[in-house]
Amino acid sequence: MATTRDVILAAGREVPAPGFDVRKIREHFPILKQKVYGKPLVYLDNAATSQKPQVVIDALVHFYTQDCANIHRGVYQLSERATQAHEGARLKLQRFLNASDTREIVYVRGATEGINLVAQTYGRQHVGAGDEILITAMEHHANIVPWQILCEEKGAHLRVAPINDRGELILEEFEKLLSDRTRLVSVAHVSNALGTINPVRQIVEMAHARNIPALIDGAQAAPHLKVDVQALGCDFYVLSGHKLFGPTGIGALYGKASLLESMPPYQGGGDMILSVTFEKTIYNHIPNKFEAGTPNIAGAIGWGAALDYLTSVGMENISSYEHALLAYAIEAIGQVPGVRLIGTAREKTGVLSFVVEGIHPHDVGTILDQEGIAVRTGHHCAQPVMARFGVPATVRASLAFYNTKQEINALAAGLERVKAMFA
Amino acid sequence: MSELTNLYQEVILDHCKRPRNFRVLESADHCADGYNPLCGDKVTLYVHLVDDRIADISFQGCGCAISTASASILTETLKGKTRAEAEALFQAFHNLVTGRPVESAQTPALGKLAVFSGVSQFPVRVKCASLAWHTLRSALEDKQTVASTE
Repeated sequence: MATTRDVILAAGREVPAPGFDVRKIREHFPILKQKVYGKPLVYLDNAATSQKPQVVIDALVHFYTQDCANIHRGVYQLSERATQAHEGARLKLQRFLNASDTREIVYVRGATEGINLVAQTYGRQHVGAGDEILITAMEHHANIVPWQILCEEKGAHLRVAPINDRGELILEEFEKLLSDRTRLVSVAHVSNALGTINPVRQIVEMAHARNIPALIDGAQAAPHLKVDVQALGCDFYVLSGHKLFGPTGIGALYGKASLLESMPPYQGGGDMILSVTFEKTIYNHIPNKFEAGTPNIAGAIGWGAALDYLTSVGMENISSYEHALLAYAIEAIGQVPGVRLIGTAREKTGVLSFVVEGIHPHDVGTILDQEGIAVRTGHHCAQPVMARFGVPATVRASLAFYNTKQEINALAAGLERVKAMFA
Repeated sequence: MSELTNLYQEVILDHCKRPRNFRVLESADHCADGYNPLCGDKVTLYVHLVDDRIADISFQGCGCAISTASASILTETLKGKTRAEAEALFQAFHNLVTGRPVESAQTPALGKLAVFSGVSQFPVRVKCASLAWHTLRSALEDKQTVASTE
């Protein structure tokens, strides 16, 4: 019988040797080889979703061709293999985030569901009338709306810490908004629309000094930075598999074991129980207590393969490569006359949000698309951020470690083309 | 680049840069707001009806080149038209931008609106082109809700 370790090795067998060569990296991503409108695809919408390396695609194919069965209850070999691979991925995630225990990793559909889970369990348990939840002005809708729903239900208030003109959190204002009614702090590790890296360790310390737990939304951070939840000290951390080079429909909530144990279940159903009678149901232990129903087994396994791949490349290598690429991109795009960058934080990841003077982002996006360049245009599910900077929308080019300087040059040339068209 | 130049025809770029009838219409007796949540485009249409005929029409708002030019050319085209003629033009225009056949009887009436034929090659931009028209319909029907392309 295959062990978890065998599955891990099988999924990771094409993982490259350490060291960073972007040309080699690109060969691991089959989608990047294609042409769009006869031009090489330049994929710059990584903050929306990332592309998948072959090892992830292989892991999915392997699961569905060799190991497909439901998990946890089967006494037969297939179910055992599926269970081991599914739980093996949880172990990889625990290590990737440096959580202290696999019980602290709850599978969810994505960061959005992770936040909703906390809002509907911890939130409903601890937030009452007149209480407050503190977020920041750079949050995306997934870290706004779940709290609004909770506040509406409980008669609580959502407080929003302001950001400055560079798109950085004003930490003093944030601290002032922590009150004796604050029940939870929920902050993006990295802003999806601006790329700003928040000082989450300081934020967590400020909250903890007042005995307030902190949730960190890591959807945009985990693909770019080494995340260590113990070093950050946060109580909850959420992330999405599909932004982390894994499949869609899988994500994780990290929660400190003591907190998860004290929280009520999220959804009811199979797998989240130990015993059920019509009179009384005993809930399962964490993390299964929060995982009702058949989970996204293939998604978790595919994500595990992505984590192996990232580990083999090295998150530090990825960060330093992207940092250099971002610096190059800021200079290249900034040199195009009429381009204004939105979000110029001193600490940021590879997100270039910008407007082109006199030309609507939607038009920019359509013309760039004809050059094979995929960027996002619109409000990026962060309408309050757009309002803060007085623009209805931006063009957003977001980088991953498989992007190249040549692609940045193509973007700059594409922007010149846009301007020529509207001249 | 041919599809692109077909989308961004000179007439469209001209109306984007210098939108016609771009003002609040003081005499308006019908008015509606339109909003495209996808890209944040906003438009307000003002209509002054006299005996069921559009005596004057104007718009305000912000949006992409396609939506701005569409609103601008809409106001030019519909001035002097009856409500029924406006509705028939909307149908013909909608067929045009969604790539459906436009009845030959309608083709001459489309006039300058024909420059939007390139939109049909860009399905995600159909809503940009049709926002002003949906908003016009709301205005003429005196709907109180914000018109949407959704």
